[in-house]
Amino acid sequence: MTDTIAEHASHDLTAGTPLVAMSGVGKTYGAIRALEGVDLTVRAGEVTCVLGDNGAGKSTLIKIMSGLHPHSEGTLTVDGGEVRFGSPRESLDRGIATVYQDLAVVSLMEVWRNFFLGSELRRGNFPLAPLDIGKMREIADAELKKMGIHVKDINQPIGTLSGGQRQCVAIARAVYFGARVLILDEPTAALGVKQSGVVLKYTAAARDAGLGVVFITHNPHHAYMVGDHFIILKLGRRVLDRTRAEVSLEELTAEMAGGQELAELSHELQR
Amino acid sequence: MSTPVATQSPPTPSSPDGPVRVERSLGARVLGRPEIGAFAAAVVIFVFFFVIAPPFRTPEALSTILYSASTIGIVALGVALLMIGGEFDLSSGVAVTTSALASAMLSYQLSLNVWVGVIVSLVISLAIGALNGWLLVKTKLPSFLITLSTFFVLQGVNLGVTKLVTGTVATTNINQLDGFASARTIFAGDIPLGFMTLKASVIWWLVFVAVATWILLRTRTGNWIFAVGGNQDSARAVGVPVAKVKIGLFMGVAFMAWFLGQHLLMNFSTVQAGLGVGNELIYIVAAVVGGALLTGGFGSAIGAAIGAFIFGMTTQGIVYAGWDPNWFKTFLGVMLLLAVLVNLYIKNSASKRK
Ligand SMILES: Nc1ncnc2c1ncn2[C@@H]1O[C@H](COP(=O)(O)OP(=O)(O)OP(=O)(O)O)[C@@H](O)[C@H]1O
Ligand SMILES: [Mg+2]
Repeated sequence: MTDTIAEHASHDLTAGTPLVAMSGVGKTYGAIRALEGVDLTVRAGEVTCVLGDNGAGKSTLIKIMSGLHPHSEGTLTVDGGEVRFGSPRESLDRGIATVYQDLAVVSLMEVWRNFFLGSELRRGNFPLAPLDIGKMREIADAELKKMGIHVKDINQPIGTLSGGQRQCVAIARAVYFGARVLILDEPTAALGVKQSGVVLKYTAAARDAGLGVVFITHNPHHAYMVGDHFIILKLGRRVLDRTRAEVSLEELTAEMAGGQELAELSHELQR
Repeated sequence: MSTPVATQSPPTPSSPDGPVRVERSLGARVLGRPEIGAFAAAVVIFVFFFVIAPPFRTPEALSTILYSASTIGIVALGVALLMIGGEFDLSSGVAVTTSALASAMLSYQLSLNVWVGVIVSLVISLAIGALNGWLLVKTKLPSFLITLSTFFVLQGVNLGVTKLVTGTVATTNINQLDGFASARTIFAGDIPLGFMTLKASVIWWLVFVAVATWILLRTRTGNWIFAVGGNQDSARAVGVPVAKVKIGLFMGVAFMAWFLGQHLLMNFSTVQAGLGVGNELIYIVAAVVGGALLTGGFGSAIGAAIGAFIFGMTTQGIVYAGWDPNWFKTFLGVMLLLAVLVNLYIKNSASKRK
């Protein structure tokens, strides 16, 4: 799979170049303000970790980058040009692939159809051109094997896989199609230790292949293993923005938990 | 770092300790097909009428049954695809009449070639379908409500406009107009096969079923139809143009309704403006009996064809058996209930973890 990343990575990536930049970005859902004044830069060859409690606005932030919904204020810049994505297709076409927290799979469809959904391989470029089913099955199967996932049958509906296996399909798919930016929304949430390890390795491999990676997690340990840059969101605002050199794991954990609040909590829970 | 750095592969677990990949057994795959329940029902019903109704056994009876099935199956096919895509269309029954009326009145009133009416009514039908789809994606209301409105609007327009134009509730006979003969051959001709004569609509129906099956299973469009019906948000998130697919599906139903409308017009050379009300439900039932899931994401074109064939068999079978045709509706209700239960069972056993 790491060779897949290198193979599919765009070849004009130079470490340190800003790929996606947000400046003063905000998002409101009707009366609910989910995000406010967030600045963030995703650079090639770096892993940007976004941390925060439930409802902090992490998913909202990445949904703006992946085109699922447009931002209501601020500017979003991709490869130096300001954009406002109208659909996920536009974001995908810029080489930005996302693993969504809710995975974005269609339960009743086969594993291989889910893998290629929206980016199907066809034998020709005319309307109603036949799908290249054999090749899609082969690739999906090979990519999953590289992740250490052995599905019984690549033709089984994806709803019959376990939550962790589904997560792996979603990750394998994003890694396969993400050429410039890879966004992972809590990719390790449903995974066991071994699969979490594999995901962290891919994250590192994507970084080494020159991709810009956005890694969202609740787990400061996972974040610190791969991250180059850490951002903590709280109630839709950025409360911390440090590079790896400027922050230790302990500080990160404490910041994440809200320092003082954690001390109070441990006091409360004392028996 | 201008080129990707070669990276070390994560240790791939050696295949021996991973479970061996197995293809699901043929039996499991056949039982997972949407149309399997309908197929079994069709066989049972066929045998039943074959045994109790001697006239049912003749080739002429088969030809009549196929014809009757085609008049349901053509629109039911479009409806099935739409349902796989997760939507409903309650306006399909009256849309058939709208297409026939538009074609007939245009040709007759302006004394044009019949083919002009055929083409213009196609444009009108597709526009109605596109409008249904467009309203759906713009308002995000349930398709039930939108197409119910279209149903009432079209029902009123059909009667109102026909009365304004002809003064009666039927169109004037168009069989003396230029182009009628050729249009009749195409839409409603008789095809002699020696042992029986088939209506052109039957052949068209089978062609449409083949095309729809190809689209569903072998093209990207088909993939997208299943995806928008199965989980529209997920489909959108991975880049499927959900709005286009939905509008396209409504236009597909409209196309089928147009075709049937032209068939009816060429077959009888006149149309009753009140026709078609209630047929939308029969199309939906045929699609459901054929395995289309009411909630979308599952179903097949062949299934809808089998569903229509079941209804063709039953409408004619009841007559051949000498019963009161009114029992057909009762049968319809029972079939629907059974089909929904069977579909639920199949869907659960096909998609749940074992
Ligand atoms: N579609 C929506 N409509 C209305 N409010 C929303 C919507 N999506 C998110 N929100 C609100 O925005 C806020 C941030 O949600 P978001 O999903 O971004 O949180 P998160 O940081 O990803 O949380 P988690 O860790 O639980 O995934 C929440 O208060 C949530 O209720
Ligand atoms: Mg989230």
